Amino acid sequence: MTAILDLWAALPDVVRSTAWILIVTVAVILSVAFTTLWERKVIGWMQLRKGPNRVGSIFGLLPGIFQPFADVIKLLLKEVVLPSAANKWLFRVAPAITLIPAFAAWAVMPLDPALVIADIDAGLLYVLSLTSVGVYGIILAGWATNSKYAFLGAMRSAAQIVAYEIAMGFALVGVVMAAGTLNLGDIVRAQEGGVSSWFFLWLFPLFVVYLIAGVAETNRAPFDVAEGESEIVAGFHVEYSGIAFALFFLAEYANMILISALTAVFFLGGWLSPFEGVLAADNALAQPGFHWLFLKLFFFLTCFMWYRATFPRYRYDQIMRLGWKVLIPVTLVWIAVAAVMVHFRVGPWSAN
Amino acid sequence: MFVQILFYAFSAILLAAALGVIASRNPVHSALSLVLAFFTSAALWLLIEVEFLAIVLVLVYVGAVMVLFLFVVMMLDVNIERVRGGFIRHAGLGLVVASLVAAQMIGVFWARNLGVDATLGAPPLPDDYSNTRALGEVLYTQYVYPFELAAVLLLVAIVAAITLTLRQRPGLKPQDVAKQVAVRREDRVRLVTGVDAAGTGPGADRDASPRGGEGA
Repeated sequence: MTAILDLWAALPDVVRSTAWILIVTVAVILSVAFTTLWERKVIGWMQLRKGPNRVGSIFGLLPGIFQPFADVIKLLLKEVVLPSAANKWLFRVAPAITLIPAFAAWAVMPLDPALVIADIDAGLLYVLSLTSVGVYGIILAGWATNSKYAFLGAMRSAAQIVAYEIAMGFALVGVVMAAGTLNLGDIVRAQEGGVSSWFFLWLFPLFVVYLIAGVAETNRAPFDVAEGESEIVAGFHVEYSGIAFALFFLAEYANMILISALTAVFFLGGWLSPFEGVLAADNALAQPGFHWLFLKLFFFLTCFMWYRATFPRYRYDQIMRLGWKVLIPVTLVWIAVAAVMVHFRVGPWSAN
Repeated sequence: MFVQILFYAFSAILLAAALGVIASRNPVHSALSLVLAFFTSAALWLLIEVEFLAIVLVLVYVGAVMVLFLFVVMMLDVNIERVRGGFIRHAGLGLVVASLVAAQMIGVFWARNLGVDATLGAPPLPDDYSNTRALGEVLYTQYVYPFELAAVLLLVAIVAAITLTLRQRPGLKPQDVAKQVAVRREDRVRLVTGVDAAGTGPGADRDASPRGGEGA
């Protein structure tokens, strides 16, 4: 084991960071696969069904565990239909444009106290700019398809994302003020000192706004008007089939995982242990590590499914009203409150 | 060396994208070329270590401004032929602008002969130098008044834009959200008991107050 670790440490930086990029990307893709299964299972249980339980099992346990692979193989083998009136080039490129930002944002994610692929100073801005680029894929898909339903979906998506991005950005302004840095790793370190110094407690309204805006940014229920299968069939991806459709799906779920991870990093102390300061410092449960980030991420991811099983879809005007007239004023007020708290050194800011 | 290869690659893409903006027949393709141009200029800025400005360029122009541009361009039914017809008419103005730009570029090289070499670029910055922090410090101390003035100006512009579009037309029936939210079950649902033998019928309790659960 130590021989392998030595060998790893001896490798040049370029090789090591490339290896990490591959590991993280593959991990995200695999997580997406099992997130689809988990979603179907969770919503199944919430609706008193069993969910998928036919495809494979491990020694009789976890029935349905291979369902994602069956789905992927099925979609890979299906024909990709290209509508004759579509803009061929953009129609093909659009799924990739949605997918790339969802993966690229992981570059600055602090996964562990010692592990982040790119430790850049403006990490938060980088994440914010990449998540806003993802909307191009949806708009282009809707436009290139050259169909009314797809175009409606694209327009709805564009307006919605522009509206909620502002609320999301303002919520993050509060986080930046509280942490005093744009570096994601340092934002986590600013929340050290047990659950009481995590930002969700002190920036609770911003936390709620960020969660809601996150659901809206990923086009998930109850904000899924861009797809709206009961009104505009499937919105922007109505004409996509086979693997092109699967790419949109992959991007949506990768974005869900990303937003969950970001919520954990910004408001729940990322890889910090919730038992820090409660248990003795040498207790295994009080150690920070990737597992804590994973647990928090998993909680928010499950919440996404919970919302989908619980809430009816918002009407378009309700979405706009919520975004512009409720979320943005709330963030504006709490930014001021946070500024006062930081200035007078209330709570977690009293130490420094 | 590697940086130079990157610089020329990005510059080539930037020039191609800029050409695409003015040369493509489809306005949506033009807008997309502009997006590519913004992206490549951000990459070029990263090469001279101004990461904050580079990311903000992507965040503001690609993430927000161009989305709205695309939104508008896609909705418009632009007649390309008529737009192209103005080419000769505006050629004179275009020529003036182009010669001004060319003069500025030549000026950069001319200044090198005078000893001010702008093409060398800034010296590399130390590892712990934070672009974001430096910008923030200058912006909120030395330039705080211009900064605040710009902010107020933008706010006034926002308010003005909203006021311009806020027209009261007669005959509109907008939804009063407060009223919608305040609706209770009693306002909309009425429990009706069946027709009784005396023939008074369901109309007998039409004006009566709702009965809650006792109807069952």
